[in-house]
Amino acid sequence: MSLKSTLPTARHLIIAVPWFWLALFFLLPFLFVLKISLSEPVLAQPPYFDLIREIEDGFVTIVLNFSNYQLLLEDSLYFKALLGSLKIAGISTLCCLLIGYPMAYAIARSPAHWRLPLLMLIILPFWTSFLIRIYAWIGILKGNGLLNGVLLWLGIIDTPLEILHTPVAVYIGVVYNYLPFVVLPLYATLIRLDTTLLEAAADLGCRPWKQFMLITLPLSLPGVFAGAMLVFIPVMGEFVIPDLLGGPDTLMLGKLMWTEFFSNKDWPLASSLAALLLVALIVPFVLLRHFERRAEEAAT
Amino acid sequence: MASLRQFKPEESWQAPEGEPIVRIENVTKRFGTFYAVDDISLQIHQGEFFSLLGASGCGKTTLLRMLAGFETPTSGRLFIDGQDVTDVPPYARPVNMMFQSYALFPHMNVADNIAFGLKQERMPKAERRERVAEMLSLVQIEALASRKPHQLSGGQRQRVALARALARHPKILLLDEPLGALDKKLREQTQFELVNIQERLGITFIVVTHDQEEAMTMSSRIALMHEGRIEQVDPPRRLYEFPSTRYAASFIGSVNLFDGYVLQQDDDQVLVQCDDAETRLLVRHSQPLVPGMAVTVALRPEKMRVLGQLDADTPNQLRGRIKEIAYLGDVSIYHVELPGGKRVQFTQSNVQALAEQPLTWDEEVVLGWSANSCGVLTE
Repeated sequence: MSLKSTLPTARHLIIAVPWFWLALFFLLPFLFVLKISLSEPVLAQPPYFDLIREIEDGFVTIVLNFSNYQLLLEDSLYFKALLGSLKIAGISTLCCLLIGYPMAYAIARSPAHWRLPLLMLIILPFWTSFLIRIYAWIGILKGNGLLNGVLLWLGIIDTPLEILHTPVAVYIGVVYNYLPFVVLPLYATLIRLDTTLLEAAADLGCRPWKQFMLITLPLSLPGVFAGAMLVFIPVMGEFVIPDLLGGPDTLMLGKLMWTEFFSNKDWPLASSLAALLLVALIVPFVLLRHFERRAEEAAT
Repeated sequence: MASLRQFKPEESWQAPEGEPIVRIENVTKRFGTFYAVDDISLQIHQGEFFSLLGASGCGKTTLLRMLAGFETPTSGRLFIDGQDVTDVPPYARPVNMMFQSYALFPHMNVADNIAFGLKQERMPKAERRERVAEMLSLVQIEALASRKPHQLSGGQRQRVALARALARHPKILLLDEPLGALDKKLREQTQFELVNIQERLGITFIVVTHDQEEAMTMSSRIALMHEGRIEQVDPPRRLYEFPSTRYAASFIGSVNLFDGYVLQQDDDQVLVQCDDAETRLLVRHSQPLVPGMAVTVALRPEKMRVLGQLDADTPNQLRGRIKEIAYLGDVSIYHVELPGGKRVQFTQSNVQALAEQPLTWDEEVVLGWSANSCGVLTE
């Protein structure tokens, strides 16, 4: 072994950049959150006891407080909130995929000069502030809002529908807001799909629907998965949309975290909630990747 | 050029009795104002290894894609085994195609790729497994059944594509540049295998290729295409020895063309006056020609011999000076400049390692050939 091989090379440096970034902006903040979650709340500024406390004569003790986690596991409120988040995130993800897939497919199959304008239309809403767009939905969905006005005028309904401050409004808001996150990765996968494969399937006896089911859909699964992750994970912690469009009965982890953090000033409990949510999201993801890789290795 | 099939060049190819397996009737395909295929009529018979040969953009692939059902003719009809398939979608046609890019399904292993078409026709599982095994052994890739396409070499992928296209026992196999993606050595070896498989199965093969050597080697007949039209349809030897147009003559192999006019015709021999040649040209030609008519005499470089002396009374002689020599190992190509400035090519096989009096630069030579080794082109 020469000295040269033990010295960091340019390659190591390049790899170090993203690792440093992750450590600085993800791992470190998460460690802070973890630290706060293991402390006790107190009426002070900041509102928690430090883990490391000096008793006397320079002796230092570390007091870990697991009661926050205990409370989270015992009080069914938090479990219900988790289920509520899972339900809203799951159904929204499914709706986004069901609406987004045909959109992405249509754009990928449209004439080349149409694709860029169509993609621009998908991204266009992002040019307006997120909050303003959610407020706009309040205007559309409220009792005397645009939607009810049109439906009443058309004579489809006699009394205004109550949509705002119901779960339906939350779904509409979430699906509307997260749809581009599904359309874009799906478009990227579908545009790369070799259309000769569809011709080959047709040649071997597949009607168009079966060509889609046997070729297009399986080959676009990475895009489906990426899109689903981009919707599911942020919606699990979503706060603004359920707060503005949902009602008091819309129970979600994000809202609960906000309440604990800002209303109850219980930073440790809010932090442990955040830590649990992260674990709940990362563990299945890592397991899935692990099994995927195992399946790939088994195939080779 | 070698052909794997034997036909006497003099005999024209004889169409077998009965209905041809493919009948193309006045088919035209227009893209906007561009005629990719321009009023083509063609009949292909059961068991043929038929090549569509031509430069890129000549319409050969479009014609093949119309047979597969991926393109619909702008006008004209297509019949396969007597059935009008002009408007039949690709999934309902009794043909299969081997794609130039192979188009193997990347998410399926080799066996599943081959079984794909069989599943679509709902073949029972046991029978399907048997057929897949049969196909794997036909193309000699039994050991690769559970591999994914990305784990295969180019040559192996080509075999999977062939097996998959043959698995349904189609009436016709369409092959789009089947050897195009292989390197030269593998290509030559695979040519023989393709011919063997085709003869063993008796399935009609229709091959699109731009490689004249490939077409010459494998085909029972070749349709030479040019700008959406068919120049000539003939077995390889006939196409080479008796091209019917200037384009056909110059597309396949090398050729020397002499423009002239008809002096007289007796029986099956034509006497042509050509200003470039030292003597008149005598050509065997049985179709009647009118004296005074402008014609072109086509002469392959390997048909010429070096003569000692010019004999003004014998036809078919040229005199010129050697300007270039290309030594290719088995043969040498000589470029000879005629007194009028026209250049002709002739080849000589290098039989001896060191000839006693080798031809050399700036040497004056007299070249001659027989009336049977050249042809008259009227187009």
